Amino acid sequence: MSVARFWRETPRRYNLGGSKCTTCGTVYFPPRSVCPECTSHRQSIEKMVPFQLSGDGEVLSYTVVHDAAEGFEMQVPYVVALVQTVEGPVLTGQVVNIEPDGVRIGLKVRATFRKLREEGKAGVIHYGYKFAPAEDPPVRPPAGRPAGVPVSEAPARDRAPA
Amino acid sequence: MEAGIVSYGAYVPRYRITPTEIGRVWGADGEGMGQGLNVHRKSVPAPDEDTITISTEALRTALVRGAIDPQQIGALYVGSESHPYAVKPTATVVAQAVGATPNLTAADFEFACKAGTAAIQTCLGLVGAGMIRYGVAIGTDTSQGAPGDALEYSASAGGAAFVVGRERVICRVLRTLSYTTDTPDFWRREGQKYPSHGGRFTGEPAYFRHVTECARRTMEASGTSPKDYRHVVFHQPNGKFPQRVGKQLGFSDDQMRYGLVTPYIGNTYSGAALIGLANVLDHAGPGERILMVGYGSGAGSDAFDLETTDELGRYDASFGRPVQEYLDQGVEISYAVYAKFRGKIHMGEA
Repeated sequence: MSVARFWRETPRRYNLGGSKCTTCGTVYFPPRSVCPECTSHRQSIEKMVPFQLSGDGEVLSYTVVHDAAEGFEMQVPYVVALVQTVEGPVLTGQVVNIEPDGVRIGLKVRATFRKLREEGKAGVIHYGYKFAPAEDPPVRPPAGRPAGVPVSEAPARDRAPA
Repeated sequence: MEAGIVSYGAYVPRYRITPTEIGRVWGADGEGMGQGLNVHRKSVPAPDEDTITISTEALRTALVRGAIDPQQIGALYVGSESHPYAVKPTATVVAQAVGATPNLTAADFEFACKAGTAAIQTCLGLVGAGMIRYGVAIGTDTSQGAPGDALEYSASAGGAAFVVGRERVICRVLRTLSYTTDTPDFWRREGQKYPSHGGRFTGEPAYFRHVTECARRTMEASGTSPKDYRHVVFHQPNGKFPQRVGKQLGFSDDQMRYGLVTPYIGNTYSGAALIGLANVLDHAGPGERILMVGYGSGAGSDAFDLETTDELGRYDASFGRPVQEYLDQGVEISYAVYAKFRGKIHMGEA
């Protein structure tokens, strides 16, 4: 994708910038300049205003991708879902911060900001929205001591700080 | 009203790896290394996370918690030593992603691990002078140690964002003082993937001298002693150095309790002291005095004499995760998955 093309889509990809019809209230993502819901499309002309989605929604349906799209090889298997946003539009997006077997229809999700792809090692890096569970996903507690408890002095061994 | 902290947010990626697992691969005593460093696990970013995404998550949390209109942000600085671009500011992407553009000044800061605290000082100056309404200072890193190097056992990823302003201040900044010298304890030359360090030289003449001097001079200027502080936060390249410097200065384990997060998430470099401060604020009540001393190799320390206000009692930190959850939770991965996530596996040319 060319640098200019992605840059033009930045408001959508970074901030879920859609549009809203001030005549009937329907929200669109990606943004539309005319409202197909209004009985006469002409009614909505010049009455569409920019509208930013909150990023909150729930999984309407999903699939687990094992054969990665280019640039996503490191993330296999990953989840791509149709997300029903609270404002109305249904978005397609990757669901991260959860294992594939933890995803279910109806899972509450929230938009998160992630790296989408890189144009090789020297090219531009594209960022945008993905989705993550809105509530804490079940996770295995890691090994080690419980957090927030001071750890007593162990034998000193200097290592490099930064 | 003076400039102070009006909101904050932290973010730590969800994956974790233990020193034992790292040592297993390199034939080293990983468990002993972890105990020596007082690091039980470190965070690992997912392949689609970097300093820009972590900074954005932390700042979005801070803006929602403080109910701050991003258009009122007049300055946004991101301190890191792992900016995704060598040329193209991290701060521009973060500013766009939170809706703060275009009426603001933005820049990336770099001073090893104290770039985030330096950014807070800059924001205090701009807000205090009345030039801007809100200033944002972020400290984030996704640093790496060379495979098998001592740094690999601790170098992790995470960040925290602080919003500086004059209205609804939850934590006053009573004083900030810095101590800076030319000390080559740790560096990374242009174009090099992994940093180099002076081994034991990074201890006494670097970390300990700067942190101790900076803390002592700050308390001297404020007319305080360790007993005047409820909490203390030090830069924490591992879990050991801050404990030792705290004892040297006369602070107790209880005062360091919430400010020490590295044992559970590793060394987040520019994020380390700031995530520690975020955890302290998560647990603190109004009217508690806090001393924070950052450290960046090269070298310098920034100290902050802080005091929480009554406004902290009204502050709604329910959005986003408290730091404690990042310390308690996480998904453990093997060294092989870690190597894949961190780009340490050669994939061949496409």
